Amino acid sequence: MSRSLAVHGLTKRFGGLVAVNNVSFDVHAGEILGLIGPNGSGKSTVMKLIMGIERPNAGSVTLGDRELAGRPSYEIARAGIGIVFQHSRPLHRQTVLQNILLGLLPDKLLALRPSRAAEDRARAIAARVGLSHVLDRLPSTLPFADLRRMELAKAIARDPQVVLVDEPFAGLTAGEVKDVSDLICGFRDEGRAVLLVDHNVKSVAAMVDRVMALYLGETIAAGTAEEVMRDETVRRVYLGGGITTHERPASVFAQTAPVLEVQNLSVFYGKAQALENVNLIVHPGEFVSVVGLNGAGKTTLFNAISGLVPYQGSIAWVGHKRTGQSAAQIARGGIVHCPETRELFGDMSVADNIELGGLHLPKTERAERRDWLYDLFPILKSRAGQISRTLSGGEQQMLAIGRALMMKPKLLILDEPTLGLAPVILGLLSEALKRLREQTDITILLGEQNITFALPHADRVYVLEHARMIWEGTPTCFAAEMADGFL
Amino acid sequence: MKRQIIISLVGLAILGIAPLCGVSDYITGVLTMICFYAVFAMSWDLLFGYAGEVNFGPSFLIGLGAYGAGMADSIYGWPVPLCIAAGTLAALVGGLVLAVPALRLRGPYFGLITLVAVLLLQDAIVVFAGTTGGEIGLSVPDVLSVSATVNFYYAFGLMALAGVVIFTVANSPFGLILQAGGQDPVEAQALGFNIVKHKIVAFMLSALFSGLAGAMLVFYLGTASVSAMVDIAVGIQVIIAAVLGGRRTIIGPVLGAAFLIGAGEILRPLGQLSGFVVAAFALGVILVFPNGLLGLLQNRRRA
Repeated sequence: MSRSLAVHGLTKRFGGLVAVNNVSFDVHAGEILGLIGPNGSGKSTVMKLIMGIERPNAGSVTLGDRELAGRPSYEIARAGIGIVFQHSRPLHRQTVLQNILLGLLPDKLLALRPSRAAEDRARAIAARVGLSHVLDRLPSTLPFADLRRMELAKAIARDPQVVLVDEPFAGLTAGEVKDVSDLICGFRDEGRAVLLVDHNVKSVAAMVDRVMALYLGETIAAGTAEEVMRDETVRRVYLGGGITTHERPASVFAQTAPVLEVQNLSVFYGKAQALENVNLIVHPGEFVSVVGLNGAGKTTLFNAISGLVPYQGSIAWVGHKRTGQSAAQIARGGIVHCPETRELFGDMSVADNIELGGLHLPKTERAERRDWLYDLFPILKSRAGQISRTLSGGEQQMLAIGRALMMKPKLLILDEPTLGLAPVILGLLSEALKRLREQTDITILLGEQNITFALPHADRVYVLEHARMIWEGTPTCFAAEMADGFL
Repeated sequence: MKRQIIISLVGLAILGIAPLCGVSDYITGVLTMICFYAVFAMSWDLLFGYAGEVNFGPSFLIGLGAYGAGMADSIYGWPVPLCIAAGTLAALVGGLVLAVPALRLRGPYFGLITLVAVLLLQDAIVVFAGTTGGEIGLSVPDVLSVSATVNFYYAFGLMALAGVVIFTVANSPFGLILQAGGQDPVEAQALGFNIVKHKIVAFMLSALFSGLAGAMLVFYLGTASVSAMVDIAVGIQVIIAAVLGGRRTIIGPVLGAAFLIGAGEILRPLGQLSGFVVAAFALGVILVFPNGLLGLLQNRRRA
């Protein structure tokens, strides 16, 4: 058994937010450890801390007997750790071979020509990952799956003992997933230690030797894939304690004309297809939830509806087909988007953020609206003078929703509001959504991976998986048919 | 790539024999200035085109080279080659002092710091007018040569040397790492490269040739002056030449310099207006063809 990666007591804070809290694990040579957790659980941060992209506040990362925590990435890379990024920007003017060669170059200033041996090795690695036939092509001409292979090739170029892989299956078709997982298993068989990060157990169960589950930056379970899948805490995190549903009968909305109608929507990011022929209808006053795992395409769908990304297909708003309006015009038309990343004006106070949201309203109406908002989220009132960057995650989310509500939306789009929030905050948010549904005529479109949060107020549910809408129905049907397949 | 090199060599050869074919001393003088500006623009392109760092202070390096050399001559009376060496050294030292802290910062700070450095140098020259000549300029007693043709060959030789060195470096593994660091610093570091180190060395190479050219320019013009070598406007000219010619090509900036200096001379009868016309044209080219003149030629060939 050769050297292995040992992580002990790793902790990372971003301001008041504890992203990773006292996480410890080992990965041995010839083993794959799966690190899973929902969006915002801290798994990507753990990977960045190991690679030296972020500096930990506390804890140790050792490879063999060498302490690496807090060292710069290039030293960590040279010590024997390689990483496969989920998103990469290859060198576009260089060929595939040169891109792989890059990973093999010595960190020296005087090498004016790559050595013959390095070039041979680059060819060998390319053959190993199945890129031999495209060596002389430019990355921009490659299909998406081949770009992922190129990233795998670069990561193993330096022959690392430990390979970190960040969500390698995002955006791949079933056949490509098989190829990539075979390659990753190949790394293990060569005696490397592999840390595989993904959002759920199901996708990695077949390949991993052990799994560790993170939630809110803390380890909640560890063991074999089966053990972790059976674990009570894990089930509660992914499925929630119990699902409650309160849908209004479909007849309430049956007579109304849809306020939003999305037809055959497709979106591409370069070569990756993020949405494939998606259809979605929202009636006035309805509460619609779109559920799907991280990477399924929820954010892309919302960005297309808000006019933030180019798309194919049609989007109709209050009966009119959209024709090239800017994102700002769409927002003024009543579609207000509260993005996953919250996008607060971090250096402004809570009151200023709210004020900005309502800037187009007449003064008296603005004041009324603000009072209503403070009643909805009392905590915002008590924090009115505070700089929004310093709020806790939950308070920031409330402020983001509050600012969106100040714009008097007809349709409010909430993208993953539960991201990284503690259960007690979820209760408060859920309560607020209930009031919005019952006391206002705002139409709500909610994107969530947390089903317990997405279902209780929904009238209808869509399920998005791998860029496609695979299911549509009432929350009650969802609880009966779909919930178990979600872990 | 091969075709690019061949065309460059042919162009270089034509330029090299031009003064022997009976062109006037005036034309030779213009060609000499083109060679100097080509060196400035190529040096700048290494940093911007490859490392992705915008250096707003090419004239900081040029000015250090020029005034280092000029003062060595006017105060100490050293021989010309020694003065040029002193000027180059001044640019290298000044560049190192500037680059080591500035290139460690992320974001737009490197550009801002280089901008401030130019202003500082400009102020220092004016404040210490007793030794630097201040706003009037510093006349040097020596010149490279009294012959326009010989002067041209000095500048031409420098341009050829700088071109070969910078082009080779840019297309070596070093250049590859520099580009990777410019495009995705996180990934480049995760592949094991200390990109700060690479950027500093690229900046020093840029300082070496900018300083050397600045120092030689003093002995060509017979004077070191703020308006010709240090002013922000000089730096902007260099940047426009590089971007106009085509970033990330090294050869393109030579074309850009030739265009900028050449057009400036041809339009001289327009007086004040000539600068405006050249700048407006440059702006148009950059807006319509962001890849510059060389990019335009390459696209035409491909199409």
